[in-house]
Amino acid sequence: MFANFDFDVIRRSLGYLFLDGMTFTLMLTGLAGLGGLIFGTLIALMRLSGLRLLGRIAGLYVDLIRSLPLVLVIFWFYFLVPYIGQWLTGASRPVRVGAFVSSLITFIMFEAAYFSEIMRAGIQSISKGQPAAAQALGLTYSQTMRYVVLPQAFRNMLPVLLTQTIVLFQDTSLVYVVSIPDFLGAASEVAHRDGRLVEMYLFAAAVYFVISCAASFGVRRLQTHLAFVH
Amino acid sequence: MNYHWNWRIFWEPAPGGTGTYLNMLLSGLLLTIETAIFAWIIALVFGSIVGIVRTLSSKAASRTGFLYVEFFRNMPLLVQLFLWFFVLPELLPQAWGLWLKQIPDAPFYTTAVGVGLFMSARVAEQLRAGIGSLPRGQMFAATALGLTTAQSYRYVLLPMAFRIIMPPLTSEFLNTIKNTSVGITIGLVELTGAARSMQEFSFQVFEAFTAATVLYLLVNIVVVIAMRLLERRLAVPGYITGK
Repeated sequence: MFANFDFDVIRRSLGYLFLDGMTFTLMLTGLAGLGGLIFGTLIALMRLSGLRLLGRIAGLYVDLIRSLPLVLVIFWFYFLVPYIGQWLTGASRPVRVGAFVSSLITFIMFEAAYFSEIMRAGIQSISKGQPAAAQALGLTYSQTMRYVVLPQAFRNMLPVLLTQTIVLFQDTSLVYVVSIPDFLGAASEVAHRDGRLVEMYLFAAAVYFVISCAASFGVRRLQTHLAFVH
Repeated sequence: MNYHWNWRIFWEPAPGGTGTYLNMLLSGLLLTIETAIFAWIIALVFGSIVGIVRTLSSKAASRTGFLYVEFFRNMPLLVQLFLWFFVLPELLPQAWGLWLKQIPDAPFYTTAVGVGLFMSARVAEQLRAGIGSLPRGQMFAATALGLTTAQSYRYVLLPMAFRIIMPPLTSEFLNTIKNTSVGITIGLVELTGAARSMQEFSFQVFEAFTAATVLYLLVNIVVVIAMRLLERRLAVPGYITGK
């Protein structure tokens, strides 16, 4: 059944696929995960701050982003980011933004909504006695969060955060819709250039599968490890 | 900002002679809903079967269910759609492949089946968790009453498990609706695709995406309200949300 196929096309394009494509995908996943975690934590803190207006705004943002498909959000930011750049720098024309920066901003803003829900659950899982004890010790609100609540919340939620990062890794493939060359984009480019769609897409699927499987296996091991430590 | 807003664009005729841009977006919305319902039926049927299989006492059965879930969970949805759309017809015997390629509305069926199978893995995991959350005594009691395994699932375990997982199933259904937008990559002009072509034809980027955003929000709200009503109707008195 594979008689007419040319799997050599994969070997010939390995350099491009991994050095360009996969590097883009992994960098995007890593930086967007980190940025999403930072902004997500800030959003979670806003929602739990007890300040009604701040909480409302954060809640609306999370609900809005979570009810939109990622593809639509990618389009939004792809067209919006140049205008935001223009507004920020006071330039006379919309600012040209590179593919990487544009998709990085998109994924940070998108993932922040999902990470914030995880961090919110993590913060709420900390028993009330912890912040109370911190206050009794004379720590300020930010010290309580920084040294007592957030480290524990982060630790408790680590498996969930990592699982979300695996989802993020898979979701980055959707930058395909704005023709940005991530791993899948690179595979698709070679596929169309050489007329080898079957070989390239099977290979891309296998690579995503192996990486995601390995990562989720790692998360499961971490989970059992954490369960023992507690 | 030197962007020219023009909110009246929605009432201007779209190219193609099918009516205004508003008509175009609404037919995109309709296609999104149709695809999502089709996909959701597949997700529920396959997800339920696999979810049940995973809770069976047979090692081989639960192992098979595990492999099914891992297969669909560890590949991006976009890649799965490409596999169904570009790769599958080439791997099948020639006559079948030809038949597949000639189906009218191929993007619609591919997206519906692709998203459906992708979501079925998630539904399976939810159902497994739901069945797992039931006290073990339920199964024992069913067996003690002389019910077969199939009867125990049909009359004892599943009616309770499905009620328990109603809230997560609601969000999985919302995910299904959102995921149909990936169909844009194989040429399905659903809501996001319609907004995208409206942007390409009219250059009114932000009006087009604002309209799509509002329509997605409306769909979300309707689904959430409908599922809440359904949950209330199905609630068992004295249990969880029951009165």
